Amino acid sequence: MMRGWRFTGDAAPLPTHAFGTASLTWWGVVGFMLIEGTGFALAIASYFFLMAQEKQWPSGALPPDLLWGTIATVVMLLSELPNIWLKRMAEAERIGPVRAGLVIVALFGVALLVIRGFEFAHLNIGWDRNAYASILWALLLLHTVHLLTDFVDTVVLAALMFTPHGLEGRRFVDTSENALYWHFVVLSWLVIYAIIYWVPRLG
Amino acid sequence: MTAAADLPRDGAELRGEALHARLSRTWDTPGDLYARLATVDHKIVGQRYIVTAFAFLLLGGVLALIMRTQLATPDSGLISADRYNQIFSMHGTTMMFLFAVPMGEAMAIYLIPLMLGTRNISFPRLNAFSYWVYLAGGIMIWVAFLLNVGPETGWFSYVPLAGPEYSAGKRTDFWAQMITFTEVSALATSVSLIASILKQRAPGMAIGRMPLFAWAMLVTSLMVVFAMPAVMLASSFLIADRLVGTQFYNPTEGGDALLWQHLFWFFGHPEVYIIFIPGLGFVSQITETFCRRPVFAYPVMVLAMVSIGLLAFGLWVHHMFATGLPRVGYSFYTAASMMIALPSGLQIFCWIATMWLGRPRFDAPLLWVLAFIVTFVMGGLTGVMVASVPLDLQLHDTYFIVAHFHYVLIGGMVFPLLGAITYWFPKITGRLMHEPLGKATVALGFVGFHTAFFPMHVTGILGMPRRVYTYPAGMGWDTLNLVSSIGAFLFAAAILLFVLNILWSLRRGRPAGPDPWAAPTLEWATSSPPAPYNFPHIPVVTGHAPLWDEPGDLPVMTGLRVDDRELLLTTVMDADPEGREASALPSIWPLIAAIATTILFIGSIFTPWAVVWGAIPAAAALIAWFWPKSGDVPPEPVIE
Repeated sequence: MMRGWRFTGDAAPLPTHAFGTASLTWWGVVGFMLIEGTGFALAIASYFFLMAQEKQWPSGALPPDLLWGTIATVVMLLSELPNIWLKRMAEAERIGPVRAGLVIVALFGVALLVIRGFEFAHLNIGWDRNAYASILWALLLLHTVHLLTDFVDTVVLAALMFTPHGLEGRRFVDTSENALYWHFVVLSWLVIYAIIYWVPRLG
Repeated sequence: MTAAADLPRDGAELRGEALHARLSRTWDTPGDLYARLATVDHKIVGQRYIVTAFAFLLLGGVLALIMRTQLATPDSGLISADRYNQIFSMHGTTMMFLFAVPMGEAMAIYLIPLMLGTRNISFPRLNAFSYWVYLAGGIMIWVAFLLNVGPETGWFSYVPLAGPEYSAGKRTDFWAQMITFTEVSALATSVSLIASILKQRAPGMAIGRMPLFAWAMLVTSLMVVFAMPAVMLASSFLIADRLVGTQFYNPTEGGDALLWQHLFWFFGHPEVYIIFIPGLGFVSQITETFCRRPVFAYPVMVLAMVSIGLLAFGLWVHHMFATGLPRVGYSFYTAASMMIALPSGLQIFCWIATMWLGRPRFDAPLLWVLAFIVTFVMGGLTGVMVASVPLDLQLHDTYFIVAHFHYVLIGGMVFPLLGAITYWFPKITGRLMHEPLGKATVALGFVGFHTAFFPMHVTGILGMPRRVYTYPAGMGWDTLNLVSSIGAFLFAAAILLFVLNILWSLRRGRPAGPDPWAAPTLEWATSSPPAPYNFPHIPVVTGHAPLWDEPGDLPVMTGLRVDDRELLLTTVMDADPEGREASALPSIWPLIAAIATTILFIGSIFTPWAVVWGAIPAAAALIAWFWPKSGDVPPEPVIE
């Protein structure tokens, strides 16, 4: 026998979108950041595990050239200025600045992908030479996948915000969470930059 | 922000039949093929997941029977060594990756939104995508196996055996990509489950009032998030070593075979708990309902599950005692391995206390729980034994270990699962399973299981190694093996009975009504099977056992839109109403994205370029998936 119902509250006045922990999107993005962060952490652990087996590190090669990696790091840090601003504008639900911010961050993405190409060309070793080379390429590739993914996300979102769909509250939430994910891409880069460019120079 | 007043919502003016018609129009999945493929209803996806995972259980079981037939007599020539390698690799792979983990998630996909009192799982399209990817991965590895390119190096594919030198051909590549398929799928579902459990609980269901199954799935899903990346990374390194000449595991070029073991077991040990913690959740729900009282010491149960989840990440090295490790490492991992017996033991005592204090009704689900307790305790005891290094070195790779983990996994997961299916079958189908047949199945299953696996303890102590395709006569193993084989067939007969019971009950089972067991949790407050929208109004919870706490009319909250798929979101700790959020409409794009992903994964077995060109259609499908469609329901105006 089905029970009866007793009305005790009304959800109608509640908002239909919200930022941060109040939105499902935030939890989804954080979930994937945890997954990918774990992947990064384990890849980094593998780097040090392999390093511990070797007498010489990097084995059989010069460390990657500093120039392009450092340029990437500087540009990545600079991209945080428009990104932080974009996140604020999204949370203020201002469509004009959000459109501009997304375009600027997407342009940074283009620049970083080009720079990344030069980084690959200046690693000073092919991936198949030895285990050092393999884990070096793996770390850079893993980060590049994230860079590329967030770049595509940003372009799609930018296009979306120029259509009438952009005027929905939840699109501002999407923009804000996309900016959060960009923080993750930048922060993970700082760690990977330190490891692949500076750890081989310490010894 | 104020709600637009003219939008249709449930409430005093819209209730009963009129509400049902209106909500059905919004949430229903029509019967045509397109709608079925595009559905994002957690109940439909969940049922598909359950049926598929069960089919893989049967397939893995058939492989087990083939092995037991081979081993029933010494010097058996039934199957060749090479075929046997593939069979035991496929048995383990199927049971671990295609049955046990997906089955726990499958049950959760169906049950969790109902238990929480919400209308759908969060990220329902991601969840639909997860199913298609899982199905594709399962079909791929089985087709490969039938074409004689199945995995051949065990479910854990140790290098160098699995490396390019000793496992030529594509067999291990198929295995490595099977990992990618199943882990992508498990990770996607885990994110959906975590978000649902934390944000979509019924108002008032504070985190300390969640059903224990929800706790179990929260812990399990978090473990998936932190464990599965390890095996994806390990198998990606493996396939790269095999395909593009990287040297991760090649010791002559600075690589290390132990890197594989560390990465694999960092995943592989938590995996065991990922499999059986959902089982603990089943046991708690069944015990509560059939003992007619809340589970004894709820906070202890929760803390026990959380601490199992944490400890599980601290003992992977106990799978590597035989590899030669620093002495302090031995002691640490031995201590951690023994420690896990404490929270497990606490839970056992809490269930026993629940039965002692309650008024148990020994229906088939509770009998499966009893079978679980006996079997799992025995498996736990041998677990404590092999946690000690000297004993482990002696028993490593023998049938003693085979006995141990089947006690833990079948006892800890399969028995609770069979109880859980019996328990929730009436909710899913509207009909009860045949009770006397169910009781007979428990008895046969219990006897068959112990006949099959108990002798293996002795076979192992007598020195019979695992993974041998045959053995000579006169080693003293003959009778024990024959008994094990007879037991395996008895256990298989019990599974067959279970399946027959399901098939019979689907048509002839006694109609169940919404709540045949007088159970306390929210899924029993709605019809059986539930309407597409789950609940006409969102239930409000006032205690641990919502339906026992509110014997009369159920308190509910109204005001969700009925012309759009809307969910009520609540705060993480206290479950106070926080917002209404639109839930994704059905879409064919998750299926198309899964097909594109499948082409990418399978292509990458043969050429690394598949990752590049395969990414383009996959990305296009994902963009189409996210892009709003013109037919979508207009949102409430918030921007002027």
